[in-house]
Amino acid sequence: VREFWLSGDLIASFVSDSASKFGTMIVGLAAFFAVLLLVFFLAGRARGKYQTPLAVVIFLGPAIALLLVGLIMPTLRTITLSMFNDDGTKFVGAKNYVWIFTTPDTRTILFTTVLWLIFAPILSTGLGLMLAVLIDKMRRESIAKSFLFMPMAISFVGASIIWNFVYAYVEPSQPQIGLLEQVVIWLGWKDPPNWLLWQPWNNFLLMVIMVWIQVGFAMVVLSAAIKAIPADVNEAASLDGATGFTLFRTVTIPMIRNTLIVVFTTILIAVLKIFDIVRTTTGGNFGTQVLSNEMYNQTFNEFDWGRGSALAVILFVGVAPIMIYNIVQLRKERADR
Amino acid sequence: MSVPVRRRTAAVVGGAAAALLLAACGSSSGGGSSASASNTDPACAPYSAYMGHSGTTVTMNGSIISPESDSLAKSWQQFETCTGITIQYNGSNDFESQLAVKVQGGTAPDIAIIPQPGLIAQMVKTGKAVAADATVTANVSKYWNPAWKTYATVNGTFYGAPMSANLKSLVWYSPATFKANGWTVPTTWADLMSLSAKIAASGKMKPWCGGISSGTATGWPATDWLEEIVLRQFGGQVYDDWVSHKVTFASPQITAAFNTLQGWMKNPAWVNGGFGAVSTIATTTFQNAGIPITKNNCAMLQQASFYGAQWPKGTTVGANGDVFAFYLPAMGTQFGSPVEGGGEFEVAFASRPEVQAVLDYLSTPEWATSRVKVATGWVSANNGVPASAYTDPIDALSAKYLTDPSATFRFDASDMMPAAVGNGSFWKGMTDWFAGTKSTTEVQQAIDASWPSS
Repeated sequence: VREFWLSGDLIASFVSDSASKFGTMIVGLAAFFAVLLLVFFLAGRARGKYQTPLAVVIFLGPAIALLLVGLIMPTLRTITLSMFNDDGTKFVGAKNYVWIFTTPDTRTILFTTVLWLIFAPILSTGLGLMLAVLIDKMRRESIAKSFLFMPMAISFVGASIIWNFVYAYVEPSQPQIGLLEQVVIWLGWKDPPNWLLWQPWNNFLLMVIMVWIQVGFAMVVLSAAIKAIPADVNEAASLDGATGFTLFRTVTIPMIRNTLIVVFTTILIAVLKIFDIVRTTTGGNFGTQVLSNEMYNQTFNEFDWGRGSALAVILFVGVAPIMIYNIVQLRKERADR
Repeated sequence: MSVPVRRRTAAVVGGAAAALLLAACGSSSGGGSSASASNTDPACAPYSAYMGHSGTTVTMNGSIISPESDSLAKSWQQFETCTGITIQYNGSNDFESQLAVKVQGGTAPDIAIIPQPGLIAQMVKTGKAVAADATVTANVSKYWNPAWKTYATVNGTFYGAPMSANLKSLVWYSPATFKANGWTVPTTWADLMSLSAKIAASGKMKPWCGGISSGTATGWPATDWLEEIVLRQFGGQVYDDWVSHKVTFASPQITAAFNTLQGWMKNPAWVNGGFGAVSTIATTTFQNAGIPITKNNCAMLQQASFYGAQWPKGTTVGANGDVFAFYLPAMGTQFGSPVEGGGEFEVAFASRPEVQAVLDYLSTPEWATSRVKVATGWVSANNGVPASAYTDPIDALSAKYLTDPSATFRFDASDMMPAAVGNGSFWKGMTDWFAGTKSTTEVQQAIDASWPSS
């Protein structure tokens, strides 16, 4: 919040205000640690049959309590709310779910989300793999990698604002603002479409933003996996006559299979939660709305907690299996090493 | 209390960080100066009614952010000094969504500056809002057009005074361009339409430009266009019935209004000057919509008084300046001069005496005049503010129509409809309509279907 920055005495009062608040916070933290130390000390002194159960409670207790308060209870509460009306006062059964699956607009949202789920992870992982292979053993590899990885450091909102300018449209007779439009006009496309309105291709234009950000991540991780392939494996394959694409297909891919899956599922989960890009570029209009943004809209713009919760539940049901699979794969990969 | 899974998890995990941020965000507007207040100072005489609460603090939240919030702070500085009450204002762009969470979580501010009557009703439903006291009620009855009071009234109880007001019924144009081409400012709807046809036929520029893109609120300027037409074509009664859904979107009246709008802002020969085809209205931001007027690519833009802040630096606003505005004319004489506007209301969530004192003061013409004098770009519909207080031509023009006792004043309809419509399907429907992805009938059906049944 940045409203009262202008006059000097206000800044002074702000500083003293903050200082006193920080002071309170530090005292609070110190007290917290003192209590913790005391609890640990007492627990350490416990002997006999209470020793093990006490240790379990003290070490597991806080984690379980946080998990309960922060994850389990809200999940159950959301599931309950999804079966209630807009302000959570009247039970409506499956009505919110029926609304999701029968309204034409929400069906478009589901379809768009599926489009994202299919194309964005495949494109990001595929491109990332291609770049990892192409850059591998290139001279000054680290410089190329740094540049490709850089978009990863930009937030989704920042990236979306940048790309919003790229996709900006004014009629061809006017001075152009949008990079894409100017480029295609130079290339000879006399009357390009208004990109963000260009259904269904506008969805792919938004995916480009996601791919732009994620490709660096995919490339770096995959490149590391490729480099981890033992040299003798490649040599043995070469002796057997495998070169170029055959070597890539029959040796490289199987050797980095687990990493590929982890990269793919990680991006898949990011895509399922995609929110910022759509919100910043089109606001969910023109057939580009996705589940998570609609969830926010329903809950915080239209104040319909029921529908918002139902959408959250669907999102949760969608993410959970991928998440579990992802974790299992990660463990497997670690075990392999 | 209801927050989706992910958010609440984040809230717990980020708890410590949030505590830090919150600590850093709070800022008091009065500073320490109020402690040294002198109640005997003759300059404090006008504040005698609010005395007796020295050393107290009143928290206030709203969507008004700097620099506008600095002007607010300045406008009540003298009040703070004299009464010793500190008004601690906190502004946020996400005010509307935060308020619901805060009120339900029991951490409501003492006073919220709510820009939508629909949100007032929503807050009253929580049972935490406090009804306006006798002083505020008397002031509002005395100084405002009676329509204003109804907008902050829920189930017969009145909840708070209007703060600022803006005039939606304006058309921005370039006086220089009009003069050079011999065009005159139209005073009837028929004149406006024939002027548009004349400009289009001249081939010099398109008569209209528009933009309705505005982040998640994309579509709102288009809802204003439809509302202006409904108010002009059918009057206040149909407008009110439309807001309460007695007149549906698919009704003959609203269909007729859609058709009028089709011939105006969806007329391919008339829009969208400087941007391209009609559908570019959907992708042009409302902030950029008027820029072509300064480049002679477009002659007129229908947009509210607050659009005055959007002109590029160096643009002079005034009857002889680069740009100015005229009143969007009425369609006949049967409804007087229809005026559509918006504004905010001060709603209390605490009944402590100092909170009431602040609210009492804010409902007076004295405070409104004090705010008007701090900086331009702010208008009150309070008719106790002398017209001479307004130094900006657009402010003066807005105040003239907003305080006109013979005007048919109506609040922005989309702000009064249920949130599912006013913040949702109405915006989306108009956006789809201008993008060309949905027909009039499809838009009407989608909006009517989204109207909450209870």
